[in-house]
Amino acid sequence: MMGIVISCTVVAIVPLLWILGTLVYGGAGALSWEFFTQEPGAVGSGVPPAIGPAIQGTIIIIGLSSLIGVPIGVMSGIYLAEFGGNWFSKQIRFFTDVFMEFPSIVLGVFAFLAIVLILGHFSIWAGAFALSLITFPIVARATEEALKMVPYSVREAGTALGLRKWIVTLRIVIPAAKKAILTGILLSVSRVSGETAPLIMTILGSSQFFTGFDAPMDALPLRIWRFSLQPYDEARLSGWGAALVLVLIILAIHIAVRYWFSRKNTGKGLISRIMEKRSR
Amino acid sequence: MLKKDLVKTSKRGILVDKIFKIGATVAGAYVLAIILVIILQLGWESGPVWELEGIEFIWGTDWNPVEGRESYGALPYIIGTLVTSAIAMVIAVPLSIGVAMFVLTAPKRIGEPLGYIVELIAAVPSVVFGLWGLLVFRMYFKDLIEQPLHEAFGDSIFLFSGNPFGLDILSAGIILSVMIIPTISAISRETMLAVPQQQKEAAYMLGSTTWEMFRLAVFPYSKAGLIGASIMGLGRAVGETMAVTMIIGNATGLSAIPHSLFDAGQTMPSIIANEFIEASPASVHVSALVAIGLVLFLIAMAINVVAHFLVTRMLKIREGAVNN
Repeated sequence: MMGIVISCTVVAIVPLLWILGTLVYGGAGALSWEFFTQEPGAVGSGVPPAIGPAIQGTIIIIGLSSLIGVPIGVMSGIYLAEFGGNWFSKQIRFFTDVFMEFPSIVLGVFAFLAIVLILGHFSIWAGAFALSLITFPIVARATEEALKMVPYSVREAGTALGLRKWIVTLRIVIPAAKKAILTGILLSVSRVSGETAPLIMTILGSSQFFTGFDAPMDALPLRIWRFSLQPYDEARLSGWGAALVLVLIILAIHIAVRYWFSRKNTGKGLISRIMEKRSR
Repeated sequence: MLKKDLVKTSKRGILVDKIFKIGATVAGAYVLAIILVIILQLGWESGPVWELEGIEFIWGTDWNPVEGRESYGALPYIIGTLVTSAIAMVIAVPLSIGVAMFVLTAPKRIGEPLGYIVELIAAVPSVVFGLWGLLVFRMYFKDLIEQPLHEAFGDSIFLFSGNPFGLDILSAGIILSVMIIPTISAISRETMLAVPQQQKEAAYMLGSTTWEMFRLAVFPYSKAGLIGASIMGLGRAVGETMAVTMIIGNATGLSAIPHSLFDAGQTMPSIIANEFIEASPASVHVSALVAIGLVLFLIAMAINVVAHFLVTRMLKIREGAVNN
């Protein structure tokens, strides 16, 4: 049995190694200072088209979607952990889980209908809204799990001091769960940074640097898709380069989160750690 | 004076507390509101195509966006989605359960890192899978697997009769299977961990080998969870967009109904990704694509509701078992 099981695992891992290998092999040649900072320029000129606007766009759109999605997600997580327990909260938890798995392209279509069609033009806002719909359920569930790990006695200690629930939650419980919440936010960022489908019909793509939140914008995954459609060798080279950059960023987030989260505790209790931070 | 202040602040405190609770509840209800609004919005905007085609839109096979001769049907894309997801499931489910069994039985030092590497596959963006599939994988796949299969069985088995090109439903299904392995293996590992240790030990006491232990103690106990994990993988396969769009070959209309594994096809997400931008806004074309989005949304919702129901029930049993 062990043989079969081992070969299953090998078969599952081979594509990842194959992809990483191709990315490094095919994409490393594209990397240069100009590649990261210039506009793509004309196709077919022999120079690999650059990804400056795509990087800028990805950063802007991640920032903006987190700005919308994270507060909603954290508040929703607070509701699930602190005010939950009833029938309604069970439904919300269930549908948050379900919503996390929804096809992201449908969210793009929704954002198109709700924002692009009404405003009359493609915009960063629409893309950020679509991506925030991916961010918030991830953050909500991560926040809930994080808050549940904080012992109930900590809340009781706060309440015993005469503090109101909102102060207990925001000033005691959330700081104690900060690390796990941040982990959830980072994972949502890594997920969102690779999303292509909802961006097609919201930010559309562009070959220029940022011109305004109401204008179309480029993003790394979108640019990779455009490169893949072009029949030029230098476009392919750039496609591999852009994919290498994107995958490296995402894997770095994942590995950093794991390392950071699995580091051993200092052995001190939660409260003493909080007190330590306070006194600093 | 001091007393008055205290009363004042505490009154304000109560008010803030109420606002805080209401704010959190609203944020929690946001997800329900969004789901409802999405269904209503997609239903409303897809109105024109339902008017034009009626319910026949679901099983129609035409796809003609030319003005004056417009005619739309979703069947080819529904079939494409079903076939690619089925291929992905057939490959991914056994492999994923194998991976989960490996992670559970191997020594921790080897099993855990390898399990983590498998999970990292889920982090690779769909578009990168597409790029790799389009520029690298399909070349090898066409020459090493499809061509020999076609030459050996092309005349006798209809599945292999099409002319291999590399951009077809089989290669799309295989890429999909790679992408859903981490989902299924992670969740089935979780549910197999939920099997009480006593059950496993009892099976070992009866003289089982590791395989027999899995068959006697683990699989029957975690069946619902394993099915739920597989259905969750199915949900992911159904909604997967970019990788499929880049590899499936993008046929439309009647020709998108595959007659063999080597025919080009089209799935529901891929037709939206391909045509949404090209369609002129507020045309029936857009509304047909929105209608496909609505069908996709409802299918994905149904799949995920079933999957989560099965998995959470399984994990609840674990909590019960541990507490007793």
